[in-house]
Amino acid sequence: MLAYGLKRLLHVIPVAIGVSIVCFMLIHIAPGDPLAAILPSDASAELQAEMRSFYGLDKPLPVQYALWAWRALHGDLGVSIASGRPVLGEILSASINSIILAVAATMIGFTFGAVLGFLAGVFRGTWIDRIASAISMIGVSVPHYWLGMVLVIVFSVRLGWLPAMGGGPGGSDGKAVGWDYLRYLILPAITMSVIPMGIIARTIRSLVADILAQDFTQALAAKGLLTGQIMRHVIRNAAPTAISVMGLQLGYLLGGSILIETVFSWPGTGFLLNGAIFSRDLPVLQGTILVLAMFFVLVNLVVDVLQSAIDPRIQRS
Amino acid sequence: MTHGLIHILCKASILGRVQKSIITGATAVALAAAVTGTALAAGTLRIGMTASDIPLTTGQPDQGGEGQRFMGYTVYDSLVEWDLTSADKPSSLVPGLALSWAVDATDKSKWTFKLREGVKFHDGSPFNADTVVWNLDKLLKTDAPQFDKRQSAQGKSRMPAVASYKAIDPLTVEITTKNPDATLPYQLSWILMSSPANWETQGKNWDTVAQKPSGTGPWKMESGFTPRERAELTPNKEYWDTKRVPKLDKLVLIPLPEPNTRVAALRSGEVDWIEAPAPDSIASLKDAGLTVVTNSYPHNWTWHFSRVEGSPWNDIRVRKAANLAVDRDGLNELLGGLSIPAQGFMPPNHQWFGNPTFKLSYNIEEAKKLMAEAGYGPDKRIKTKVIISSSGSGQMLPLAMNEYIQQTLAEIGIDVEYEVADWNTVINIWRAGAKDPSAKGATAINYSYFIQDPFTGLIRHLQCNLAPPAGTNWGYYCDPEMDALFDKVRNTFDPVEQDKVLQQIHEKYVNEALFLMVTHDVNPRAMSAKVKGFVQAQNWFQDFSQITLEP
Repeated sequence: MLAYGLKRLLHVIPVAIGVSIVCFMLIHIAPGDPLAAILPSDASAELQAEMRSFYGLDKPLPVQYALWAWRALHGDLGVSIASGRPVLGEILSASINSIILAVAATMIGFTFGAVLGFLAGVFRGTWIDRIASAISMIGVSVPHYWLGMVLVIVFSVRLGWLPAMGGGPGGSDGKAVGWDYLRYLILPAITMSVIPMGIIARTIRSLVADILAQDFTQALAAKGLLTGQIMRHVIRNAAPTAISVMGLQLGYLLGGSILIETVFSWPGTGFLLNGAIFSRDLPVLQGTILVLAMFFVLVNLVVDVLQSAIDPRIQRS
Repeated sequence: MTHGLIHILCKASILGRVQKSIITGATAVALAAAVTGTALAAGTLRIGMTASDIPLTTGQPDQGGEGQRFMGYTVYDSLVEWDLTSADKPSSLVPGLALSWAVDATDKSKWTFKLREGVKFHDGSPFNADTVVWNLDKLLKTDAPQFDKRQSAQGKSRMPAVASYKAIDPLTVEITTKNPDATLPYQLSWILMSSPANWETQGKNWDTVAQKPSGTGPWKMESGFTPRERAELTPNKEYWDTKRVPKLDKLVLIPLPEPNTRVAALRSGEVDWIEAPAPDSIASLKDAGLTVVTNSYPHNWTWHFSRVEGSPWNDIRVRKAANLAVDRDGLNELLGGLSIPAQGFMPPNHQWFGNPTFKLSYNIEEAKKLMAEAGYGPDKRIKTKVIISSSGSGQMLPLAMNEYIQQTLAEIGIDVEYEVADWNTVINIWRAGAKDPSAKGATAINYSYFIQDPFTGLIRHLQCNLAPPAGTNWGYYCDPEMDALFDKVRNTFDPVEQDKVLQQIHEKYVNEALFLMVTHDVNPRAMSAKVKGFVQAQNWFQDFSQITLEP
């Protein structure tokens, strides 16, 4: 088991190097100049050259990459060209906001997805199934930034119940809990939850229907178990798959969403990336993409190791 | 068979039991979130900016005109400032931290600035000639301990004329320019004064100063700064200009780069004021009872022509024909009335407009005639490439507007192919010049210009020695007659006489159709009806001191 874990860990190294090269190159191949965003448009050629060398942008790309990767290994992702603040600090504070949003969205998505999927599975083929399936289908298909705007129009602009944007009454910095802050979370979290809701509902629907079609449920009924007790067995059998799907969705949402965070001005990693893209803030772009990519690599590693711990057959394959 | 039937019946009965119990056991969950917005202290004005971050707070802000507007002239002052008191006339320079200035009668490169007495920074330390020298060192002297790369990047290019400076006495500063340059006061209007004592207190560290800056301006930033999210400014009750002590309790700046989010934030009452609402949202904002204010200001939307060999725009008849082919009033309708159709390079009524003889009317027949004179016709059409952006600061609706221009120019025999890039890339192509490979052989670039002072307004576009990489004469235009006029501006130290020279320059701009002059933005802002007392000056900068908020 330990040997397998170590072997998988070794596999992560080339992946991490590959990821870092790709994210570095992609950003440098893209047109645009980070200096255009920070220098006044009339800045002299001399001043531009001075700034270029100050940020090390005059060095050959492989050298820039090596320097950046070396510093990144030491936990230094550089300083934002646009704001002058350390990139790592920016990513950390933004990540916390993205995590809050992702967890809230997953909770909403899982709760409603599970209820809808369960109903659809139990009432398979009836109107309840059709309605629940339609809702989950809409959840998967609707462009969520559009849904976000519609929710804002209805609940913020028309009804005035919830705030349209921002991370809290005084910015996200307060990190206070309570209704004053929760209000800001509701609309972006609901918007973000519709896709996982749809996916989870569809998964659970087919799981429940399959389990109800199996012989053991019949045996349970034949034994005279009450409905509630039978359902407990159905839920226990459906739970592992449902939870692993939810885990995947959470991992996906943790990366933040550029569209949703921008629509709601939610100060997470997506919002940070969006700003960095428009100002060509290379250190922030590289750093954020690297951190998110490494996060995915690590999640994959953890999942692999956990799966093999549960089912040793995976190791052999 | 029997077994199968029993199986199915049995399944049905289990399903039936389960379904029934769920239906009977189902409970309705009611969600009620009928809570209205949190009440705010009276007199807090919240502004949604278009910037994606709070501009640099240490003294010399980034984010261009918007940065200077919100984080420049609010917290800081410069020696020379803009008169922002009137909406009806173009604004001109007025004394700021300097009470008066004059050029030496014999040596026209030597200026004396007399400073205002008794001015204090927010931290209580005094403002004097030494602090002016300290601040200029901060931007220009790379080995000064207070030299700040970030502020220097913003400030250095704003005052290219400055050669040296020294304090003569506590209230007198002498500034020497590289060559005689009468535009120095305009250049210095960009340079803001931060407190040396505060920099010392904050451990001589500009990153720490960013959290607690200190200027002499009408607003202070003492707390409430969250990068990327908000900055809170409070009034400086001891401000030297008692007429400009802010009436509000607080001014909150919120970056909202996404236009739809800005509109939603305003309509849901989370901000009281937004910058630059999208043209298509204006009608609904007005319907919702919000106020939309606009005014002329020194901005234009033009095609900057390349004058490199082979460019079709080297022929004045082609340039004039293109200018006569644009229906500017029609474009104004497309923009929901939120533009001022161009009559020249500067907005109409501007103090430098002068009296050009070439009128920018819409006259396709005349345009066709000019094209024919230039040797073009149905079988000899001009084919050329133009660089445009998909959207960007001051670009209004570039795609729709350029599509229209493409159609109308085709009518007079000019076939335009567009090279569309994002705004950041367009800026780079503009800096690199028409001859650079990045321009891909384009013969014009669609640019929106900040044209507030003689240099940014007129000189930088067309002076011979400002062709790239030395400057931003994108099209490599060079005309000794124009250069002589630019020299005259720099050597005319009487402001009234200087304006006259600038008028002559502008007349030449228009009469020779040196640009495709299309329109001027009107700087729309939308605000709650509770916002009172705002005077939108004909300027990129605004005064927030007179504003009040009705409860």
